[in-house]
Amino acid sequence: MGQTITEKILAKHAGRKSVKPGELVNATLDLVMCHDVTTTPAIDMMKEHGITKVFDPEKIVIMPDHFVPNKDIKSAEMVRKIRLWADEMGIETFYELGNHGVCHALLPEQGHVKPGMTIVGADSHTCTHGALGAFSTGIGSTDLAASLSTGELWFKVPPTILFNVFGSLQEGVYAKDIILEIIRRIGVDGARYKAMEFRGPVIDELSIEARMTITNMAIEAGGKSGIIAADDKTIEYLKTRGIEGEIDLVKSDEDAVYEQVIDIDVSDLEPIIAFPHLPDNGKKISEITEKIKIDQAYIGSCTNGRIEDLRVAAEIMKGKTVPKGTRCIVIPATTEIWKQANKEGLLDIFMEAGATVSSPTCGACLGGHMGIIAAGEKCISTTNRNFVGRMGSPESEVYLASPASVAAAAVSGYICDPRKS
Amino acid sequence: MKAHVYNRDHINTDEIIPARYLNMDKEADLAKHAMEDIDTEFVEKVEAGDVIVAGENFGCGSSREHAVWALRGAGVKAVIAESFARIFYRNCINNGFLAIECQGISGSISNGAKLEIDLISGEIKDLDADKSYKFPPLPEFAQEMLEAGGLMKMISK
Repeated sequence: MGQTITEKILAKHAGRKSVKPGELVNATLDLVMCHDVTTTPAIDMMKEHGITKVFDPEKIVIMPDHFVPNKDIKSAEMVRKIRLWADEMGIETFYELGNHGVCHALLPEQGHVKPGMTIVGADSHTCTHGALGAFSTGIGSTDLAASLSTGELWFKVPPTILFNVFGSLQEGVYAKDIILEIIRRIGVDGARYKAMEFRGPVIDELSIEARMTITNMAIEAGGKSGIIAADDKTIEYLKTRGIEGEIDLVKSDEDAVYEQVIDIDVSDLEPIIAFPHLPDNGKKISEITEKIKIDQAYIGSCTNGRIEDLRVAAEIMKGKTVPKGTRCIVIPATTEIWKQANKEGLLDIFMEAGATVSSPTCGACLGGHMGIIAAGEKCISTTNRNFVGRMGSPESEVYLASPASVAAAAVSGYICDPRKS
Repeated sequence: MKAHVYNRDHINTDEIIPARYLNMDKEADLAKHAMEDIDTEFVEKVEAGDVIVAGENFGCGSSREHAVWALRGAGVKAVIAESFARIFYRNCINNGFLAIECQGISGSISNGAKLEIDLISGEIKDLDADKSYKFPPLPEFAQEMLEAGGLMKMISK
């Protein structure tokens, strides 16, 4: 019987020929990712249990990103603690301020992710890295402590839902709209405990960055992981990240068993805006009849803060102005993206339009810092969650959308169709 | 044990412990803000040993284990829900904290009802309404982890 890509990767790392959904396996880990918010408790747990070494310092990367540059004394103390611990453990891959970025944009960009790997990160959006054909999933701090200590972790093999994405994507409609549409259809728990595998001609056509936008939001449907088998585009991307040589191009077998196959025809897909307070509350732009004035437009995050996203936003905002009563924040997701956007003149376009551009950080996406919103305010955002209080006051509202839709709203002050901007 | 009932699906970790408190990681500090964005009075109402009853997909969203610690620190003994989000459920098991999946519980229990949980028979008794609800026993590995006191105790054995 055939196996899915997820089953194959887990079987290989569990020292097995095959695995079945529902089985519990202990799998070895190829990469463990730590950031500033969830790592300090793991350090304490290891110390408390007398564990003085990590399993392999070369398979651990540390990327402080949530509250950087440090927002207050407490967050400064957290990063300092991690920095000292990393030195003590001999972990060299620490992305210090100046080389920093939002972890899920930084990890693949810096060449840490390869197809066929098992990756865990103490952050729910670790599912992003499935875009390169890896099994990658988010964990909590205790799982992180166990992973750092032993280099392996228990997993229940997830059943897989296959999303077959086909049709022709209209101009002005993007990967973000595809994933918002998928979540709208299946709901925020539609893939709970499951692997979401994306395939089909539309996925083939998407850039690696756009694929990351899709896998990034697997968790917003409750998914354990999102995955896209590596192809020639992946190999090309990896080359630009300094990865050459043998690559494990693992794919699902033709006769792999899926729990469900869902066809997604994107030909009629429009820009989707996910209304408060759940990511599955998506509405087609043509069906939004009310005029929604926005106080803030936010372009950034692990979902949509990459260079292609900034290019799309800049094209829409070029020569236009953010109106009085609206604020726009642009946060390139990594230092390299920031520099590239600067070189291409994109940052000038944003600043000329009256937006502000800040240093890479998760920041406002989670109501952390650098763009918190007040009670009664509405923010349209390229991020991934619009839960109650996600970006600030529990009485504020977040609307999720593509970079094009957010840019269009930024310069009009209202939620609008980016294809008409 | 008293039930604090939230008949809602998708109660997420941002509501259980908002990110504005994630610059802290000690249970006692987090406990002061447990459930703050869903019920500002929760920490005043809750007593040691109480349980939370909720709908589907409890604990969805962020991987922050702070959500489990905030609840435990506030005195919550268990969360009983129709279903749990994956990472939150793992975090519960890894901490030796009780997360019970019980179909049909949401909408059936009155807020403040006195409950009794029998883990061995897999039964929740509503002592006020004289009704009981069955739940499937925890998976064996989860039971072992509960007994061991969590994942770190297990791996450092």
